[in-house]
Amino acid sequence: MSVISLKEPEVAIREVRLGSITGFEGTAGELVQCARTGKLQDNARQFSQCMGCSSGNAFCQLSMIQDAVVVNHAPVGCAGDVFGFNFVYRVGQMERNLPPVIGRYFNTNIEEQDTIFGATQKLEDTIREAYTRVKPKAIFITTSCASGIIGDDVEGVANALTEELGIPVVACFCEGFKSKIWTTGFDSAYHAIVRKIVKPPLKKSNKVNIINFWGSHIFDDLLKPLGYEPDYIVPFSTVGQLERISEAVATIQVCPTLGSYLGAALEQVYGVPEIKAPPAYGLRGTDNWLRELGRVLDREDQIETLINKEHARVLPLLGDYRKQLEGKTAYITAGAAHGHALIALLRELGMTVQGAAIFHHDPLYDNGDTASDALAHAVNTYGDIANYNVCNKQAYELVNILNRVRPDIMIARHGGMTLWGAKLGIPTLLIGDEHFSFGYQGLLNYAERILETLDNKEFVTNLAKHSTMPYTKWWLEQNPFHFLGRNVHVEVY
Amino acid sequence: MSKYIEQPRYSCALGAQQSVVAIKRAVPILHAGPGCSGKISSLIGQGEGYAGGNTIPCTNASEADIVYGGEGKLRTVIDGAFQVIDADLYVVLTGCTSDIVGDDVGSVTGEYQEQGKPIVYAETGGFKSNNYVSHEVVIKAIIDQYVDCYKQAGKKTKGLVNVFSTIPYQDPYWNGNLEELKRILSGIGLTVNILFGADSGGVEEWKTIPEAEFNLVVSAWAGLGIAKHLEEKYGTPYFHFPYLPVGGLETSKFLRQVAEFTGADKEKTEAFIWSEEEKFYMHIERTADFMLEFRYGIPRRFYSLLDASYAIGFAKYLLNELGIIPARQYIIDDTPEEFQEAIREQFHRISDQRSAEVRFIVDAGAIQQEIRQDAHKHRSLILGSGWERDLAKEIGADLLILSVPVSYRLVLNCGYTGYRGGLRVIEDIYDRVLDTYR
Ligand code: SF4
Repeated sequence: MSVISLKEPEVAIREVRLGSITGFEGTAGELVQCARTGKLQDNARQFSQCMGCSSGNAFCQLSMIQDAVVVNHAPVGCAGDVFGFNFVYRVGQMERNLPPVIGRYFNTNIEEQDTIFGATQKLEDTIREAYTRVKPKAIFITTSCASGIIGDDVEGVANALTEELGIPVVACFCEGFKSKIWTTGFDSAYHAIVRKIVKPPLKKSNKVNIINFWGSHIFDDLLKPLGYEPDYIVPFSTVGQLERISEAVATIQVCPTLGSYLGAALEQVYGVPEIKAPPAYGLRGTDNWLRELGRVLDREDQIETLINKEHARVLPLLGDYRKQLEGKTAYITAGAAHGHALIALLRELGMTVQGAAIFHHDPLYDNGDTASDALAHAVNTYGDIANYNVCNKQAYELVNILNRVRPDIMIARHGGMTLWGAKLGIPTLLIGDEHFSFGYQGLLNYAERILETLDNKEFVTNLAKHSTMPYTKWWLEQNPFHFLGRNVHVEVY
Repeated sequence: MSKYIEQPRYSCALGAQQSVVAIKRAVPILHAGPGCSGKISSLIGQGEGYAGGNTIPCTNASEADIVYGGEGKLRTVIDGAFQVIDADLYVVLTGCTSDIVGDDVGSVTGEYQEQGKPIVYAETGGFKSNNYVSHEVVIKAIIDQYVDCYKQAGKKTKGLVNVFSTIPYQDPYWNGNLEELKRILSGIGLTVNILFGADSGGVEEWKTIPEAEFNLVVSAWAGLGIAKHLEEKYGTPYFHFPYLPVGGLETSKFLRQVAEFTGADKEKTEAFIWSEEEKFYMHIERTADFMLEFRYGIPRRFYSLLDASYAIGFAKYLLNELGIIPARQYIIDDTPEEFQEAIREQFHRISDQRSAEVRFIVDAGAIQQEIRQDAHKHRSLILGSGWERDLAKEIGADLLILSVPVSYRLVLNCGYTGYRGGLRVIEDIYDRVLDTYR
């Protein structure tokens, strides 16, 4: 279990805190085994393609707090992703009937001379200007490789400006070079929030924190009849709302890769219990998760009734889908926790999972509880998965594998990967809303989408016919893990 | 003065990775942090192209590379790139991490160059400049370290011109714009090295850069350095047309000046201009009644938040050929001091009777505040980016997105340059205007 310490301005990266890795080749069972016995070792790659970085993931969580602004202390290029998040923010406003506003994001524009003389003055000026322009309730500073290497005292500036402006000005340390696991950026953002925004509870509320991205509000129907109110965090919340998340009765995570740190921090620091069962994907996964929820919320009877009712509704429909999907093969690429969930879900539908390329692996989450280990659950419940590859968005490995495996369908959870399925003529499905497949209904939703995708071959067939392939013939004939684990720099990578 | 930016509209020096992606079968190799490439593609890269986006090899700088240096890792990634990626040209680009710690990327790349591999490098640490400037740096690097090896001493090809114009991906309509430039220049009898995009000839075309008789720079300032460099290096004279020619008037003017400079056949030039203008004005004439009579309000003046080449080109066209009057014009491309006066001058005499106010500001948040404060008596048009959606609504303006981030448009080969581009401008402006009616 990682011990949450709010004294430190920076949270330790996942590699150090959780022993997480980004390179592995083997079966899922072997991976779980290694992780449990402390034998997990990271394998570095000799050849790599661009990944993502923590600063983007930190920004992802901080950029949609309705009354906060973000100052990105970086050269202008590091802010290249801000419009993308603004777009997501605005789509979410539509879905939530909120008035249209743009995200207020500032970049300090670190330039050459700043790398010699430091850029703290620029940072201060930018924060003051952001304050004057927007009058926010809080300002978050996200750091960058450049600000980190030149050694700017960002924490010092944040503290001084907090005094001066009378609102929390909070440093979030998320330099890209620090970690190979960009989800570390989520931890950085949450650390900043728990450290400087969340206040000690005054009372207990009837709220349940839902740590999520910007998914649909599917928890309303579940929680309200039980007498609880969902509080969707962090995107689309307000600073005032975040101050009070310590008062909630429980915390739900739609994805522990996302919420690991926040869930554990709220439990350790403020005693808000975290639902530790893996998220509700697949029939058995949902049963399990709901029971845990019932236990924590003290609603066990109502939950049993719900489970029975839902089974009666869903099982016959599921039978139909299973018949149609039986024996179809799938390959998965996704982030860790969601990938595990997808594996369970597909097998529940009777499909054969031929393998998976999963972005990283956390042997355990911050709560240190093996009950949260979704991969172990998937393996124990449905059997082992061959070709389980931990691969941080390395498209070249994926293409090589797909070219061999040729599944009936490829399922991706993140952008940038689907192209490779399609170029090879393999129907490919990307699901953006992680709530889409949550719970019993989610299983049916997914089955429906898979059937639609399998049925729609025209586009990919034609695309494959006219596509170029930037990978060499040589490469496509190699073992996909040719470059894995032979790095001379393995101890320093 | 601080240069903070709200709403960035260009990338950092490393943004020139997209210039490499725009060369057929070329691939950038980044010696940079793990997130840089994705962030660049996110702002200035709709679609992966051949080997852009997630295909781009990268050393993904880690803490250890910062402490111990990252040259060893760069070597392994270059080795891998040659084995895995099927490309004609590999361009190593450095990011902040490498440039601050001072890796000797030149000597690492040099080892491969000595083996005769098609590889070059450029220092593009994010903080060094922006992608308008580093586009030049990268192109010069390719010419000096690669193209130059294939130069045949003294060989010149009559009528061959290299065109340096709009910056791929930073200009979302680069592909269409370059296609039209190539089409019209070919129309007056020139052979055109367009160098980027669907209509280019890839690395083989690049190899003929030294043989060109002339270089054409069609841009306010970005790219001028390349032409100057080539003049020194190969003695190639260059002609500078300081904006994108849009529509009949400006495109014909552009072609006549180019013909004059290059000595292209006069008759052929005039014949081409005549036939293009005939088509162009036939369409304008055909719809002039509509433009004059549409009663429910069409924009009367326009704001621009654009780079200099676009801003001048559009201002001339909108004013002189469509009768839409320039309101304040904002140049957001961080134009270096030395070029600002010439741009001011262009706006100063934007037509025979009129001058327009122009301001150079990179912080578009501040620009939006200024525009909000104006009195908005008439319907206006904003030529800007996806950031202007709400602003346009608030002040009752129509918005044509010409600058990144484009997000609300999907661009294939749409272009706004030349005769065809000019017509497209009209279609797209009125498409937006008419779409506001129920
Ligand atoms: S890796 Fe570093 S330099 Fe690159 S985008 Fe991330 S923070 Fe910026």
